[in-house]
Amino acid sequence: MRLKSLVMGVAASAIAVTGTLSTAATVAAEELYIPSLSYRTGPFAGGGIPFANGFADYLNMLNARDGGIGGIKVKVEECETGYNAQKGVECYEATKGKGALVYNPLSTGITLQLIPKAPVDQIPVLSMGYGLSAAAIGEKFPWTFTYPTSYWSQMSSILKHIDANGGLKGKKIGFIYLDVGYGKEPIPLLDQLGPKLGFEVAKFPVGVKEMQSQGSQWLNVRKERPDWMIMWGWGAMNATAIKEAAKIRYPMDRFIGNWWSSAHADLKPVGSSGKGYLGANFSGIGTDYPALQDVIKHVITAGNTQTKAEDVGNVLYNRGLFNAVIVAEAIATAQKMTGKKAISGADMRQGLENFKLDEARLNELGLGGFTGALSGSCSDHEGAGSVFIQQWDGNTFKKVSDLIAPMTDVVRPLLEDAANKYVSDKPNWKGQTCG
Amino acid sequence: MELLQQIFIEPFVLIADIPDLFVQTIWEGFVSGILYALIALGFVLIFKASGVFNFAQGIMVVFAALALVSLHTKFGVPAWIALLMVIGIMGLLAMGIERIVLRPLVGQPDAILLMATIGLTLFLQGAGETIFGGEPQSMITEELGLPTGATDWEVLGGRVTFQHIDVAAIVIAGLMVAGLALFFSKTRIGRALRAVADDHQAALSVGISLNQIWVIVWFAAGIVALVTGIMWGARSDVSFALEVIALKALAVLILGGFTSIPGAIVGGLIIGIGEKVFEVYWGGIFGGGTEAWFAYVLALIFLLFRPQGLFGEKIIERV
Repeated sequence: MRLKSLVMGVAASAIAVTGTLSTAATVAAEELYIPSLSYRTGPFAGGGIPFANGFADYLNMLNARDGGIGGIKVKVEECETGYNAQKGVECYEATKGKGALVYNPLSTGITLQLIPKAPVDQIPVLSMGYGLSAAAIGEKFPWTFTYPTSYWSQMSSILKHIDANGGLKGKKIGFIYLDVGYGKEPIPLLDQLGPKLGFEVAKFPVGVKEMQSQGSQWLNVRKERPDWMIMWGWGAMNATAIKEAAKIRYPMDRFIGNWWSSAHADLKPVGSSGKGYLGANFSGIGTDYPALQDVIKHVITAGNTQTKAEDVGNVLYNRGLFNAVIVAEAIATAQKMTGKKAISGADMRQGLENFKLDEARLNELGLGGFTGALSGSCSDHEGAGSVFIQQWDGNTFKKVSDLIAPMTDVVRPLLEDAANKYVSDKPNWKGQTCG
Repeated sequence: MELLQQIFIEPFVLIADIPDLFVQTIWEGFVSGILYALIALGFVLIFKASGVFNFAQGIMVVFAALALVSLHTKFGVPAWIALLMVIGIMGLLAMGIERIVLRPLVGQPDAILLMATIGLTLFLQGAGETIFGGEPQSMITEELGLPTGATDWEVLGGRVTFQHIDVAAIVIAGLMVAGLALFFSKTRIGRALRAVADDHQAALSVGISLNQIWVIVWFAAGIVALVTGIMWGARSDVSFALEVIALKALAVLILGGFTSIPGAIVGGLIIGIGEKVFEVYWGGIFGGGTEAWFAYVLALIFLLFRPQGLFGEKIIERV
């Protein structure tokens, strides 16, 4: 077969797979329209499916139990991105004209594409615990939010955990990461904190094509002999990494995944050989929360869902649910602030800067103890939330630490520098002043 | 100067310092190479018989592995019966592809056939996700009687670990290659297949059924895909991410030649061992992650000097 034929075929494939899967739908005027940029297909579907389910189920529960938010039903429309930035942008363009209130891209790559679009279209982006860490600086990024915390803050919390368990000074920290925008995001922080806190960093990138073939990376781990390993993985990379770590007998209780690398979907294929593996998390595990029980009663049992009953309460399901909780709280706040039921994207931005999810409110929502207190703010768009550490017992995750606050004093100035750098070459970029 | 030291001195000092790591690296590369070769073998079988570059080989690996796991875990079919059923499914798939995709396209340019396999890829992706779901699943390794666990070999002042599943992968791949080689050289169908590969028109003129040959060859590629899916799945998990590993087979094919079974094996081993040794001993110079490009750069160099690959048929253009 000639090269020309191959090139034509590859080009045709690219055209075929980039076609948007979203369908045109008319949104009724009295609906709160929330596009869900989900991925139920492709190499990252293992993480995308439970997250999208938790997100949709909570909002559908509010529809069934409360008649929506403020008396208006919520319409969740999914658009399949396949975790592909180009398809994500196509989904955005296809849905933004339908009255979209907020975008939750579930992809750092897609988030980076949407950040400059958000102020133009006046639709905020909530990249919950992912995306551009510098977006935490509300003065520079009025339309982007990373609640309840950012990658940089999370990394600092993980480093604090390591420091509390044998110290950081003089240690070698191995960092294995998916070699895309998401995985590389905390590297500038590690590079700056290493010399400051006295630890050395050994980096082990994993390409998307090598996610399920990580022999070399773990031979390098064996060569470098790091005292701790931290993972920024996603999708099929996580289970493979943990299996490879077990193969070289790396101690599991010295291996910490970030909050996208420590879900049931990652550890179930590993089973007991992953026993002891640690992970950061900021949302509750299990179904022992009244809100989760309401989801089971009004959505799961009623069959108004794509979720398998046994997956309710899993790490990523609950993470998606928590994302929906922040969205719902911001909508309710915006409705109160504006006096309108059907709010706009600009109103939603106000809601995201002013919602209050303190312990009393969490209890009221049926989510007491599910997560730490979190409040919207004009200047702090990450919430500087804390994380806790969970551990795999061979069957499920157990919480093994209290909430660990980030090193805000160290991280915040670095975030400000990064935010200034981001806007420095954009003369028309509009920030905001916070009182 | 420092660069020269990193290239010519440090790797060899490291090999001398930790010789067991070097042995382990070669072993890991050998296993990866065999698994790459298995994927490449699927491409070779179809290309050899029909001149079609089967873009769908990667998704066939995923489809076969997911069908096997799902039949066992979701429908409670015993593992060995599930295995036989999947062999049957791959047979039906081969017949369906021949009847619906290939037969109407006989005589069309190669590009059309390639595009048809791209369409087949999208169809199998959609069908696979609809039937089996998109979540990763664990391979039913123990249920199939495949070995698990590992054996340590204390050697050169250190330790080399052999995973039993890797040893099994090598044995099974070896048996499969031997079986295919015998099939091609000793059986009537195998000889007919080679005749079709050499010249479609001439084969047709002596009464060989092109349609039958295509079904057989796609079925064989389906079996290879199933074995590949079981072995890769046992090493990590069974998910749609396995599909992208098939892209590595492109480099293997360029090295080994699109039409040679021994070429697929040798090409796979060169890439498997080469990329592991390069990443562990020279990867640091490039900041790591060299596996993402090593195979393709090597393939490009081969293309410059030997475009037909190590074992491919020499390209003779008559003008």
